[in-house]
Amino acid sequence: MHTTSTWVLVLAVFGASAVEMVEALTIVLAAGTSRGWRSALEGAATAVVVLGVLVLAVGVPLIRYVPIDALRVIVGALLLTLGLNWLRKAWLRASGHKALHDEDKIYAETVAELSHDGPVNPKRDAVGFAVAFKGVFLEGTEVVLIVISLGASQGRLGLASLAALAAGVVVFSIGAVVAKQLSSVPENTIKLAVGIMLTSFGLFWVGEGAGVHWPGSDLFLLALVAVFALLSAWMIPVLRRSAPVADGAAA
Amino acid sequence: MGAVRRGLGAFGRFWLDFLVGDTPELFVATLVVIAVAFALAGLHVASVIIVPAVAVLALVWSALRGRVKSSA
Repeated sequence: MHTTSTWVLVLAVFGASAVEMVEALTIVLAAGTSRGWRSALEGAATAVVVLGVLVLAVGVPLIRYVPIDALRVIVGALLLTLGLNWLRKAWLRASGHKALHDEDKIYAETVAELSHDGPVNPKRDAVGFAVAFKGVFLEGTEVVLIVISLGASQGRLGLASLAALAAGVVVFSIGAVVAKQLSSVPENTIKLAVGIMLTSFGLFWVGEGAGVHWPGSDLFLLALVAVFALLSAWMIPVLRRSAPVADGAAA
Repeated sequence: MGAVRRGLGAFGRFWLDFLVGDTPELFVATLVVIAVAFALAGLHVASVIIVPAVAVLALVWSALRGRVKSSA
């Protein structure tokens, strides 16, 4: 019975983390290229440690001390807010109403900005450290909220953390191998899929916490995922009809 | 004291931006979904249909609103 929600949890956390880590990788690569690799990697690693501590400090007390129904309504509301926003943004990007996230442009802008930030300290560059730390921390904060929300609501904080960590390792490993930012990753498509899962989870947990009896229990999650997937398949072409730029629909 | 106040201000701004941002209608929709879920929890079939329907309608309306804004 719990297999369905466990798979959706792993996919949602992995997808969300992968998208955010692609964005973080762009900033770390820009910091490493222009300010030195040692400081950039130290900044990124420190941010990952701080994010991990945040998951433990907030997630564990939530699971232990907050009643499960209240916890489900709170995390369900968080997931629903986040999911609806991701879904809306993904629809508008896929239909050409909003510009797609351009990693190449962000990389070039960050490198240009960092080049004007004074001489590089070859041993330990504070600017490179700070920029890499900030990039990973800010992009990772949303992942931490998703990990805590999904992990705490199902009592699977460890599994959710592992899924997020795995996505980070995969993205950074591919980035290290190809030695460039991953601009060809279909970020908007992943964001659309994650938005569908977060919205479905959010609705499911709000309902569970409020006392709604979903038919089929956890299996109803799949029905919610199907509803939002079909809605997306219908809405994107509808929105595309009034798009200001005809060729902005790829993703 | 000033640092604490700045920290709390930044914390508040983060949550305001995170929860409300530029789509306050979706934040309100989440609150409505919670209220509807509690109100209809005893009516099984109605709650299973109406709770997701509120989220669907809010999302479609918000996206159409975003389209109108960017087309204008």
